[in-house]
Amino acid sequence: MQPITPQDIQIRIDQLAGQDLYVHLELTTGAYASHLDSARHPASAFISNAEVRYTQGSISGAGPYRVGLKTTRGWIYAEGLTHVDEMEKERLILAGHDSQGKLIVALQLSRETF
Amino acid sequence: MKNQQTEHQRILVVFPHPDDEAFAASGTLAMYIDSGAQVTYACLTLGEMGRNMGIPPFASRVTLPAIRKEELAASCLAIGIQDLRMLGFHDKMIEFEDQQRLDNEIMALLKELSPSLVITFYPGYSVHPDHDATGAAVIRTIGRLSAAERPLVHCVAFANNHEQAIGKADVVVDVTAFLEKKMASIRAHRSQFQAAELVGNRELTYEETRTRFGTEPFWTYRFDQSGGYET
Repeated sequence: MQPITPQDIQIRIDQLAGQDLYVHLELTTGAYASHLDSARHPASAFISNAEVRYTQGSISGAGPYRVGLKTTRGWIYAEGLTHVDEMEKERLILAGHDSQGKLIVALQLSRETF
Repeated sequence: MKNQQTEHQRILVVFPHPDDEAFAASGTLAMYIDSGAQVTYACLTLGEMGRNMGIPPFASRVTLPAIRKEELAASCLAIGIQDLRMLGFHDKMIEFEDQQRLDNEIMALLKELSPSLVITFYPGYSVHPDHDATGAAVIRTIGRLSAAERPLVHCVAFANNHEQAIGKADVVVDVTAFLEKKMASIRAHRSQFQAAELVGNRELTYEETRTRFGTEPFWTYRFDQSGGYET
């Protein structure tokens, strides 16, 4: 994983626009959040391999970054993105890691299922 | 306490995540294996929803399953586990799985291996929903066996309230003699072990390591007559 360069991500977002894609979208505080600190509220959500098509999308912010994708009927949104899997050429694999390196948020797009 | 070093020749371990074995039971397993026991580790998932991705992160949601699979194999090698079964369930989803499918897989292992000891999580007192659901499935399935067929079940528990509810561990294994293997097992989980709440990035002294990892507590699960949960 490499720190995000927003210009590169924008190119990738544009390349994937207007076609049938599968999305993995995730946000998580982790299963141990309230075990380690009872004041914390444990919350996680993910959806994997939902079928989507977006007409436009962009990356924004100064880092951590936000991505918004305008789908045919609504929106996909992720905030807190810091890293991209630079080895992936066909798929867009974005993640947000906290100061301890833990994954907080993930946004992934692919023409094939994950 | 029974003489564990020699009593169990065939042991089945059922945990949901690669690295559960490392923290919860690797010293105990290394000890049993040193006495000649055959250990089968049924690991339900590949931990593919884990949040630790290495520091700096070297894994993504896409690459994590393969990475954790390798780490799991390396950990088993460090402990000496002879038989690793990866059951292919999805991380975080154990409590939502088809219960029948889950139970059937566990029952098949019990029938095939006839273990005298099964190690799993204590349902309800193991923090992570996957841990609790795995323990519940093991207890449920073993509860279906006749009392004479049932193996001994040692459960791992670490919820904040566990001692109030289930008392102190009745089996506390001193694994000091197997600390090297235990730490090798923990370190094999390369994407996980740097996490601050686990080992952190600082080299622990031997004394710190022994204090922190030198004993492994277990609770013997007590089935009621019908095999169900004790209340």
